[in-house]
Amino acid sequence: MSKSDPDAPKRLALIASKGTLDWAYPPFILASAAGAMGWEVGVFFTFYGLTLLKPKLTAAVTPVGNPAMPMKMPFGPDGFQNISWPIPQLIMANVPGFNALATTLMKQTFENKGVATVEELRQMCVEMDVRLIGCQMTMDVFGFKREDFIKECEIGGAATFLEYAADADVQLFI
Amino acid sequence: MDVIKEDQVLDCSGMLCPMPVVKTSKAIKTIEVGQILKMIATDPGAPPDMEAWSRQTGNELLRSTQEDGKFVFYIRRSK
Repeated sequence: MSKSDPDAPKRLALIASKGTLDWAYPPFILASAAGAMGWEVGVFFTFYGLTLLKPKLTAAVTPVGNPAMPMKMPFGPDGFQNISWPIPQLIMANVPGFNALATTLMKQTFENKGVATVEELRQMCVEMDVRLIGCQMTMDVFGFKREDFIKECEIGGAATFLEYAADADVQLFI
Repeated sequence: MDVIKEDQVLDCSGMLCPMPVVKTSKAIKTIEVGQILKMIATDPGAPPDMEAWSRQTGNELLRSTQEDGKFVFYIRRSK
């Protein structure tokens, strides 16, 4: 209880509401970094963010509707890799398999640059005792069961998260 | 500069945020209070992050320097 006990560690409360690969990173990066600093951390996974608690992560990315997303190649000389390919949204939206290609390119680029995978970051969070809270209401809406998610997570609702967040020093919605 | 004798070395070369601080936080727990960890990183975000990490955790950042194009940190475990 960070507010009532001055010696308690700082506390971070996050809401992870998005399930695409690009949006899977921020909550796990912040949660693991805060855990590394000795903070208490809780993340509430709700709506599309809930899928980030599945045992096998299938998070993908779509450049369609992400007009600021640079399309870059993860291979070749630096000058080539730094080119941001101007592919029109209309083409990206209509070429079959384009999202799979973009997902592969992003994963490869991240690996080349030394970014940990989402799976690795989540495992770090588990090892640092980050509270991972799956949203019960989202489970009901989308027809998920408890066993669809990793055993390290707990299931709760808005009140569960709010009680935790009320004593947090930092609260962010992602 | 005085020579600092480290008790353990952690190489985070090639890793980006948040792995240097995550690995450092794990490594610091494996040495005794008062011992010194040397951490090496290539991420340009590491110097400000290590300063913030040491302030937040209370571990003492004895030195933050650059050697051969790498960032080198000496941290004393303080609790």
